[in-house]
Amino acid sequence: MHKKYLTLVFALFICFSLSAQQGHSHEGHDHGTEGHSHGTHQTTKEKANAHKGHKHDGHNHDGHNHDGHNHDGHNHDGHNHDGHNHGKDHSKSAKHDSDHGHGPSCAHAGHGHHGEFDPAATAFHHISDANVYSIGPWQIPLPCMLYAPKKGWDVFLSSKFKFDSTGHGDGHQAYNGYILDAGSVKRITEPGFPDGEVPIDGIIHDDEDIAYACYQGKMWKTDAKSTADGGIFGGGITSYYDFSITKNVVSMLMVMLLLTWIFLKVAKGYVTRKGMAPKGIQSFFESIFVFIQDEVAKPFLGAKYLKYQPFLMALFFFILGLNLWGQVPFLGGSNVTGNLAVTMVLAIFAFLVVNLSGNKHYWEHIFWMPGVPAWVKTILTPVEFLGVFIKPLTLMLRLFANITAGHIVMIIFVSLIFMFSKNGTSVAGGYGTAVASTALTLFMSAIELLVAFIQAFVFTILTASYLGAAVEEPHHH
Amino acid sequence: MYGSIAAIGMGLAVIGAAIGIGRVGASAMEAIARQPEAVGDIRSNMILMAALVEGAALIAIVMSFLVSNPA
Repeated sequence: MHKKYLTLVFALFICFSLSAQQGHSHEGHDHGTEGHSHGTHQTTKEKANAHKGHKHDGHNHDGHNHDGHNHDGHNHDGHNHDGHNHGKDHSKSAKHDSDHGHGPSCAHAGHGHHGEFDPAATAFHHISDANVYSIGPWQIPLPCMLYAPKKGWDVFLSSKFKFDSTGHGDGHQAYNGYILDAGSVKRITEPGFPDGEVPIDGIIHDDEDIAYACYQGKMWKTDAKSTADGGIFGGGITSYYDFSITKNVVSMLMVMLLLTWIFLKVAKGYVTRKGMAPKGIQSFFESIFVFIQDEVAKPFLGAKYLKYQPFLMALFFFILGLNLWGQVPFLGGSNVTGNLAVTMVLAIFAFLVVNLSGNKHYWEHIFWMPGVPAWVKTILTPVEFLGVFIKPLTLMLRLFANITAGHIVMIIFVSLIFMFSKNGTSVAGGYGTAVASTALTLFMSAIELLVAFIQAFVFTILTASYLGAAVEEPHHH
Repeated sequence: MYGSIAAIGMGLAVIGAAIGIGRVGASAMEAIARQPEAVGDIRSNMILMAALVEGAALIAIVMSFLVSNPA
């Protein structure tokens, strides 16, 4: 019986891998006529090489860093190769550049990926948040709520971007200066781009992964949304803020509703079946609940555990629910607990609960550790004080890194198919790797199920241990 | 070429964490072998310790991410 299920799942995974591969090879053909894709890739590569060689020729004035934030010029320096064209040609025509064939340009603009398959870019695309929700190959539009200083609010549905219902979520239309690039909204920062619904010819990326919208043969530079991660994953504070109901938000709402439904049902079970043994979903959740209560809440919090138990349970089941939600194939694989903002909010809650319930004894141990010589206190106090902030910081990073790493590993295993099939040109390589990578992905799925539980447990147990240290009563000897 | 140096940093951090978590796991196994009835307590403490060791490595990894993106 079990074998049957396993075979079924295995077959599904293989189908999925192969269909994904097919989808990709079609994209390859988008660049040109049938069978031309390989040639296109090669030229792109050559262009990239030529471009790099050119970059080292001392044309520093064209560098990205210098001109990247300059808004008065036309901002595709570094591809423009003004220096190459006798140094003073500041022509705005992208067509002109493309004739010289350096770097990305709108002449070859298509939708989807460009050049060779880039596993790192694919991985980062799939672990990042999106303004569309993908179920299997289908993309579902979500509400966008965007705010740009001076420009104000823009609230609309992301279907305004006219992306394909299947594919990678690249919009064929700009709306009020926003475009949809691989599922996420970007804002055209160059002045002069018309508001309203504007059909665009495509979106291209440069070496630094800055996206450009192609409109009327010109490249229009775009900004990614502002992020609070200091630009680790692109962004930082940019020209606009995205308050949309994104894929992650939808996932969180779904998990929240699911958990509410489950626990109301469980709670009702205790009322209607009072004094009887738990049944069905009730008995399943009772065992998990009691496990957290006995292994986490009671040992660390002692007699006061009831006061903090709701917080700990909420943390545990919310994190566990989101971890598992991201593991379900074809449901979007949203990487919610692998999002630094989400884990940061969870960690801030833990920080507030711990420090607001800290008693005199707790603060005394931080600022003036009793029972150690004064000179040791001068070292200990700063360390303990930093520890107050490092604890939530590590909570945040641990959950984020573990879940993100899991998602990346899965994507890389699937990416192996595209790497070995050379983007759809080598059929034998593709089918051969599909089998192996499906097996590896299944194996990783099993590990990730374990990790989903362990990380939810670790977050809860660490919060409980910090809480326990904060509310512990002093021992009188 | 920032990336390559950051990668070395990441690798070093992971080596440290691997040694730490390996020792935690090995000691837990020994403890369980010695006292199989205490397996529940040992397991949760093992996970807690492994998580704490991991925390230090994670900070190092994120730092190397940060220095590899000077923008």
